[in-house]
Amino acid sequence: MATLKILVVDDEPGIRSGVSRILRNFKVDYPFMDEMYDFKVFEAETGELGIELADREQPDIVLLDNKLPGMQGVEVLEYIREKKYDMFVVMITSYASLELAVKATHDGAVDFIPKPFTPQELKSSLETIVKQIYLKRMARDMKQEGKQIRFQFLSVLSHELKAPLNAVEGYLNIIKDRQLGHNLSDYNELVDRSLKRLQGMRNLIFDLLDMTKIESGKPSQKAENTDLVKITQNAIDTMMPFAIQKEVNIALDAPPKLIKFLNPEEIEIILNNLISNAIKYNRQNGCLNIDLHEKENQTIIRVEDCGIGISKEDQEKLFKDFSRIKNPKTKNISGSGLGLSIVKKIVELNKGTIEVESEPDKGSVFTVTLPV
Amino acid sequence: MIVDDDMDYLFQLKLKVERFGFEVITADSQREGEQVIESMKPDLAIFDLMMENEDSGFILSYKIKKKYPEVPVILATAVTAETGMSFDLSEESNQEWIKADLFLDKGIRADQLEKEIKKLLKM
Repeated sequence: MATLKILVVDDEPGIRSGVSRILRNFKVDYPFMDEMYDFKVFEAETGELGIELADREQPDIVLLDNKLPGMQGVEVLEYIREKKYDMFVVMITSYASLELAVKATHDGAVDFIPKPFTPQELKSSLETIVKQIYLKRMARDMKQEGKQIRFQFLSVLSHELKAPLNAVEGYLNIIKDRQLGHNLSDYNELVDRSLKRLQGMRNLIFDLLDMTKIESGKPSQKAENTDLVKITQNAIDTMMPFAIQKEVNIALDAPPKLIKFLNPEEIEIILNNLISNAIKYNRQNGCLNIDLHEKENQTIIRVEDCGIGISKEDQEKLFKDFSRIKNPKTKNISGSGLGLSIVKKIVELNKGTIEVESEPDKGSVFTVTLPV
Repeated sequence: MIVDDDMDYLFQLKLKVERFGFEVITADSQREGEQVIESMKPDLAIFDLMMENEDSGFILSYKIKKKYPEVPVILATAVTAETGMSFDLSEESNQEWIKADLFLDKGIRADQLEKEIKKLLKM
């Protein structure tokens, strides 16, 4: 239960006590809200007192009569707007001054209630306002959370970009000062390691580019008839040099064609990532089985490897940004830690699911299910 | 003893410290670092803070100080500049739980590092 504070500014005692009475046991509940709202009423008989209470109590909603003995209702409204208080102001007005109420709405009051009002009229007005307050606050919270996530992302990103730079810079300084003596071949490994770190950095930048494509979080606009088998074949061809190096045997089980209305770029990212992972985290002479098929209006992409596998504990971290599983077996495998997080984002944008089954030293199976 | 999971940083730091005239033993993970501590007593230890766990450096510091309270420990970290998290050893509350003698930024110059190591070893 959350309580909203309501300030009633009206010189008629009957209206003030009426509002208090009507709202005493009134609660607003919508199925989409995670809690119910009730109300606490504060009463002010003049505009001056209204301002004082607005400052002190910071009400969520102000019910404001325009015609007051001293300071007028619109002046109270101006004061609230000037202070940039986050308050919903509702003008209470008699039918005769509806025109004024419209003007006040224009000046920043969000609603008006004609006077005299029935308890039901007041309640239904407040229901609408509570809904608006709830949605506005939810939107604001989400925005702040988004900022927080972005900040974390950027700070980890800067670390991931700086680490290879530092490494290469360090090696160059060693070479510059001839710290290993004057025999050139003694520096070979340093040059190789530098190149490897630069390659890692390049991969990270490619992954970031993939990420910007899905960053908007909206379902893809660029869907077209796409042959998943062809894209899979292309991905296999691209990775073939690595597979040969590791002697990984690739088998593809798929119909001749599997045409679906999807964004081909996104499917390419999914398959490239799953297949390159299956090779990278495989063992020498391991297996890689890729299976594409349709089942009850769903497309299923299954990528199975006989590689190093992933422990239950690590499986939970697998899909997070920059999450890399660190253990002796992954020590010499480079990666940005973004690949699977990107895959998951794309799959979810397409309203699909991704699942992993894995056992250390046996291998892993990644299954993507898309509802097309 | 130097423990860091970035094998390039580890190699480069080892080279630096060897040039100061020390013998260096390295480990590239918290786990391997723990094994080294079990089998030998270094004169000084330099640990990276974040390895397989975010607090690997703290754990290693704690373990080595428990076994050999007199061995000076340096925590090398790039954390402060990147996350804004800072640990100040001059604060008493931090001294109690962070079992390290010194925090150093990973970007430290070689001559400064040499000075700090020699100070801790009272050389």
